[in-house]
Amino acid sequence: MGRAKLPRKSTSIDMTAMCDVAFLLLSFFILTTKFKPSEAIAVTTPKSVAAKVAPQKDIVEVIFDKDGKVFLTMDDEQIKETIANTLNSTRNLNLDVRAFKKALFFGAPFSGMAAFLAIPEEQRKGNKLPGIPVLDSTNNELTAWMTLVRDAYQGKKPNLLLKGDNLAKYPAFKSVIDAFKKNDFLKFQMVTNPEPVPTGTDLWKKTMAGEKREE
Amino acid sequence: MAEMDTSGGGHKKGPGVKKGKKLSTRVDLTPMVDLGFLLITFFIFTTTMSQATAMKLFLPKDADKPEDQNKAKQSGVLTILLGKDNNVFYYEGELDNSASNFKSSNFKDIRTVIINKKNSVHELKDFVVILKPSEECTYKNVVDILDEMTINVCTRYALVDISAVETTLIKKSEEIAPPTGQ
Repeated sequence: MGRAKLPRKSTSIDMTAMCDVAFLLLSFFILTTKFKPSEAIAVTTPKSVAAKVAPQKDIVEVIFDKDGKVFLTMDDEQIKETIANTLNSTRNLNLDVRAFKKALFFGAPFSGMAAFLAIPEEQRKGNKLPGIPVLDSTNNELTAWMTLVRDAYQGKKPNLLLKGDNLAKYPAFKSVIDAFKKNDFLKFQMVTNPEPVPTGTDLWKKTMAGEKREE
Repeated sequence: MAEMDTSGGGHKKGPGVKKGKKLSTRVDLTPMVDLGFLLITFFIFTTTMSQATAMKLFLPKDADKPEDQNKAKQSGVLTILLGKDNNVFYYEGELDNSASNFKSSNFKDIRTVIINKKNSVHELKDFVVILKPSEECTYKNVVDILDEMTINVCTRYALVDISAVETTLIKKSEEIAPPTGQ
């Protein structure tokens, strides 16, 4: 029996379908990519096994870099405005309220605040700024800042975040904590990078047993 | 791979010139797919996968009067001190006068120390870890040791200021055994 003659097929494959898939995936990745905003303050956070994602809204974040310079950021413009007005009336700082509202972070002593706000936003880089003075325990200005924050929130609790650099020394951390304590901010969260739970430890056993971790 | 179908025009020659085959209108999509996947790879690699997490820390309110302070049973106490260059020191119970129970360790071994202590304590509620970071240690060390508390499920721990005696002890032992790093 002679074999049926097969028509000669070309070896090239129709790429249209593959192309479709490729571009579908491409558009998906383009749309979901969130580029890391270039950070004005360079901070490498330590790792921890904490699994809870850091809150994004209603945050008051204290950042300290590897030299122990402290910066404060807030996301609520209303609150910032209140703080600016309070500062102007109590300390006579003569601040530009609009610039204060738009500022992404604050990192200068109260005396240098007006000068700080005069610097254009994109030129405010953490390593060139003085930071909020904290290390002097008699004049820990962060305490005053936290009081302002607390008063501005009027009893509501903001999400207090603390973001520190790996190499920051303990005294910087301690003075920040002291500033929190003095203002009755006893609950705060430390921003970290996730890390897997080491196997064989108690926490690992608990997670394996399906117990929910208390946060 | 690289051949390109020139179907898009350019083959309309004059009336006298006859081309044998009619070219199909299909375009070779291979380079386009190549490009697509190249871009996909780029976006996959630039996407920040890990979102920052947050670990919670609750601070105790400072007790004004000494009698208000929490008392811990001596037998269940483990004190961990953080020195510079990732050095860790610890002692169980109270520090005795000759400091003979003052031991040095590192971040790798401290977990075993914590687990051993936890298992040897009679009642788990008596088990308290006291963390004393020195001036020299870094924020990373503090977070690491707090993380160690979570990892080993130590529910009772406290961050306490270091005393002068302990600072000198750390200094001394760091001089004897030069810091090894990790």
